[in-house]
Amino acid sequence: MNKFKKITSSSMFLPLFALGILLLFNIVFVNDFLAISMENGHLYGRLIDILSRSSSLIILSLGMTFVIATSGIDISVGAVVAISAAICCMLIGGRGDGIPEHPMILAMLAGIGIGVICGIWNGLLVSKIKIQPVVATLILMVAGRGIAQLLTQGQIITVYYKPFSYIGANIPGSILPTPIFIAALMVLLVILILKKTSLGLFIQSVGINPTASRYAGINVVLIIFLVYAFSGFCAGVSGLIESSLIRAADANNAGLNMEMDAILAVALGGTLLSGGKFYIGGSIIGAITIQTLTTTMYAIGVSSDQLPVVKAITVIILCLVQSKKFQTVFNSWKNKRQSQKVVDRT
Amino acid sequence: MGDTILKMRHIDKIFPGVKALSNVDFNLQSGEVHSIMGENGAEKSTLIKVLTGVYPRNNGTVTLYDKEIFPKTPKEAQTLGISTVYQEVNLCPNLSVAENIFIGREPRKFGFIDWRQINKRSQELLHTFNIDIDVTKTLDNFPVAIQQMIAIARAVEIDAKILILDEPTSSLDEEETKRLFTIIRELKKRNMGIIFISHFLEQIYELCDRITILRNGELVGEYITTELPKVELVAKMVGKDLDSVKEFDKAAAKSIPSDQLFLEANNINCIGKLNQMDLTIHKGEVIGLAGLLGSGRTETAEILFGINQINKGELKIHSDKVQLSNPMKAMQKKIAFCPEDRKLQGIIGDLSVRDNIILALQAKEGMFRHIPYQKQVMLADDCINLLKIKVSDREQLIKNLSGGNQQKVIIARWLITEPELLILDEPTRGIDVGTKSEIQKMAVTLAKTKGMSVVFISSEMDEMIRTCTKLIILRDHKKVAEIENEEISSENIMKAIAGGEN
Repeated sequence: MNKFKKITSSSMFLPLFALGILLLFNIVFVNDFLAISMENGHLYGRLIDILSRSSSLIILSLGMTFVIATSGIDISVGAVVAISAAICCMLIGGRGDGIPEHPMILAMLAGIGIGVICGIWNGLLVSKIKIQPVVATLILMVAGRGIAQLLTQGQIITVYYKPFSYIGANIPGSILPTPIFIAALMVLLVILILKKTSLGLFIQSVGINPTASRYAGINVVLIIFLVYAFSGFCAGVSGLIESSLIRAADANNAGLNMEMDAILAVALGGTLLSGGKFYIGGSIIGAITIQTLTTTMYAIGVSSDQLPVVKAITVIILCLVQSKKFQTVFNSWKNKRQSQKVVDRT
Repeated sequence: MGDTILKMRHIDKIFPGVKALSNVDFNLQSGEVHSIMGENGAEKSTLIKVLTGVYPRNNGTVTLYDKEIFPKTPKEAQTLGISTVYQEVNLCPNLSVAENIFIGREPRKFGFIDWRQINKRSQELLHTFNIDIDVTKTLDNFPVAIQQMIAIARAVEIDAKILILDEPTSSLDEEETKRLFTIIRELKKRNMGIIFISHFLEQIYELCDRITILRNGELVGEYITTELPKVELVAKMVGKDLDSVKEFDKAAAKSIPSDQLFLEANNINCIGKLNQMDLTIHKGEVIGLAGLLGSGRTETAEILFGINQINKGELKIHSDKVQLSNPMKAMQKKIAFCPEDRKLQGIIGDLSVRDNIILALQAKEGMFRHIPYQKQVMLADDCINLLKIKVSDREQLIKNLSGGNQQKVIIARWLITEPELLILDEPTRGIDVGTKSEIQKMAVTLAKTKGMSVVFISSEMDEMIRTCTKLIILRDHKKVAEIENEEISSENIMKAIAGGEN
C-alpha cells in the first residue's frame, strides 16, 4: 500500500498514467496498433509514427519547460519554427534538378542560428527591457510569420534536394526515423545541462523568488535571457524537422499552433505555469501524449476539422485528473458515498 | 474581563510526518488581551491557523459563544467574527488603501461597487486610528507601519469579536507601537477578545492580561501576566534555565576588533537613500547600525552588498578601491548579506533546505562548476548540525520551517561562502528568545574566532548593546553619531537618535 502511494504521488505518475490510458484505448480500438513491421530496412508502425511525429513537439517543450519554470512563457515558438524552415529551405533552394544552392549543413546551421537569434531577441525583451513575457513573445508570434513570408517572397519553396528529406524521414540504412534521433539528442543535451551545471537550480530559484535569487548572487537577468535563447534554439531545430517533413517552407502553416501544444505538453507534464519546479520528463511524456491523441483520432476516423474538439475534451479530462482541487473534491465525494453505503446497510 | 468567549479543547494538528499540535487548550475572554508565547517552532502560528480555518484540526473542539465551530477558510472564520492580522502584512500592494480595506465585501449600489462610499468609509475608519492619508492611493505608497495599521483597521471594520494580532509590532517603531497599543486598549474596552502574539517581552507585559505558553506544540500552561515574572516566563518557554542567556550579558564576551581594516567608506552618497556617510570596518569587529526605521540602516547595508550603487564617494576594501555594482561583485569581495525581509528577499520557499543552503555558494562558484550532490549533502548536514536547525530532513521545503529556522538557513547559506564581512539586517526579527540569543552569540563568536567582520542591524537596542563594540547611529539617511565601547548604553543611543543635544 505504501509503495502504491509512493508511486502515485510521484511527479511522473499522472502524465504516464494519462499516456497509458490513451495507449490502452488504442490497443483495444485501433487495429494493429502495436504492430511494427520491417520494410526496406526501416521500421514501420503506429508506435514508431507517434514517436517520430512527436519529436519536434518534444524539442519545443524542452525549451518551453525552462521558460515556464522562470514563470515566463514563449508564444513565439510556432512562428520561429516557420522562420527557421524558411531560411533553411531558401538556402538550399527550390531548384527542380535537385541541386542545392548552398551546402545543406550550412542551411541547417542557418535555420538553427536564426532560431537562436529570435530567442535572443525574446530574451532581451523579457530580461533586459522587462516586458511581460506574453507581450514580448507576442511580437515575434505576430511578426514572425510575416518575416518568414518576406524571406520566401510569399512563395512556398519546395526543396527537391534529396538528402533534405532525410531529416524528417529516414537516413538510408537507419532503422528508425531521424526525428527520433534528433529529439533523443536534444533530450540528452538537456539532461547533460541539468546534471553538469547548476542551471536547473538557478532556473527554479528565479522562478520561485526572483528577488531572493538576486540577493543570493544569481544573475537573474542572465538566467531569464538564457532560457528564451534556448527556447529559440529548440524552435530552430524543430523548424528543420517540420520543413523536411513536407520538403518545403510554408510560411503560413509551418509550426502553426505548435506553441500552444508545447505549452500544453509542459502543463500536462506537471510543471506549473506560475513557475518554479519543473519536470522535463513530464514535458516529454506530455508531448508524446498530445501526438498520440492526434494519431488516435485520425486512426478512428475523426477528421482534422473536428480534431480540436476532441483534443479539447481530452485535455479538460486530463487537466481535471491532475488538479489537486478536483482530487480532494472527488475523494471527499467518494468518502461520503462510502459512508452513505454503510448507513444504508445498517 | 468578561466571559470566556472562545474555548479550544484538546486540539491536535498533524502534518505529514509531524505532530504539530498535541492536546492544546486555549481560552479567550471578552475584553482581554491574551498572549500566546513560545519558542521558535512552538507552533503558535499553527494554533492560530487552526483557529482561523487555514488548517483543519485533526482532533479537539473549538467553541465560540458555546457553539462549536468548524471554519474551513479564513473567510469563514471572518464571518464568524474571528479576524487576523498576520506577521507579514497580507494586503495587496497594488490596490488602493480603500480597496484593501473593503476587498471581498465591497458595498454595492445597484449591483455596482459604490466607490464613493468605500473611500468615504475608509477615510473615516482610518481617522479613528489617527491616520489621515489619501485612501485612493495604492498601498505600496505607504511604509510598512502604516500598512500594518491599515490591516488592523480592516480587521476592525469587519466587526470582529476576536482579533488576532500576529507579531504586529515587529515592523513598527516605538511611536507607532504606542499608537497601536492605544488602539488595542480601545478595542479591549469595546469587549473584543484580542490574541496578541509578539516576541517583545516588554510589550507583552505592558499590554496583556494573560499568557498561554506553548512548547513544541504542547501546552505548558496559562498564566496571569502580573503573577508571572519575566525570567520565569522565558524559562517556561525555553524549557531550560537561563544561565546561558545571562552569561552572555557580560561585556567580556564581546569581540575585540583587530587593527586591520577591512572596509573603508569615504563620504559615500546614494540619492534618496544615504547622505555622505563615512564608515570603517575592522577585521573581527561587530559594528552596529542603529536608528529608527527608514533612517538609512538597511540602505547602508544594501550599498555594501552592491544592491544599490553609490553615486559619490569611494569604497575601499583592503585599501583597494572597489565598485560594487551588483551582489556578485560584493560576494567576490567576500561580503555576505542576510536581508531584512526573510520571506521576500531571503528564502526560496519551494526549494529544499539543502538547495537554499548551497544557493549562494553555487552562484559564486558559477553555473558550470556544479557542486556535486555528495558535497551538497555534506555542506547542508554540517550547517544543520552546527546551527542546530530544526528540520525533519535536509530535503524539507524551507517554507515549512519556522521563522527562526528559516533565518538560520539563510545565515548558513552565507557562512559556507566563507565571507570576511557578514551583514545581518534584523536577523532576529520575529524570532523567539532562544534563537535570538543563539544568533547574537553566533555573530560575536564568528568575529572572535574567525576574525570575521559583522555588521549588525537591529531595532532592539538590547541586542546591539550586547553584541557590538561600535555603533553607528543614523537619522534621516545620515550618520549622526558613532558610539564606541564603554559609551554604548541605551541612554546614549537614545540621545543620539533623538538629536544628541541634550
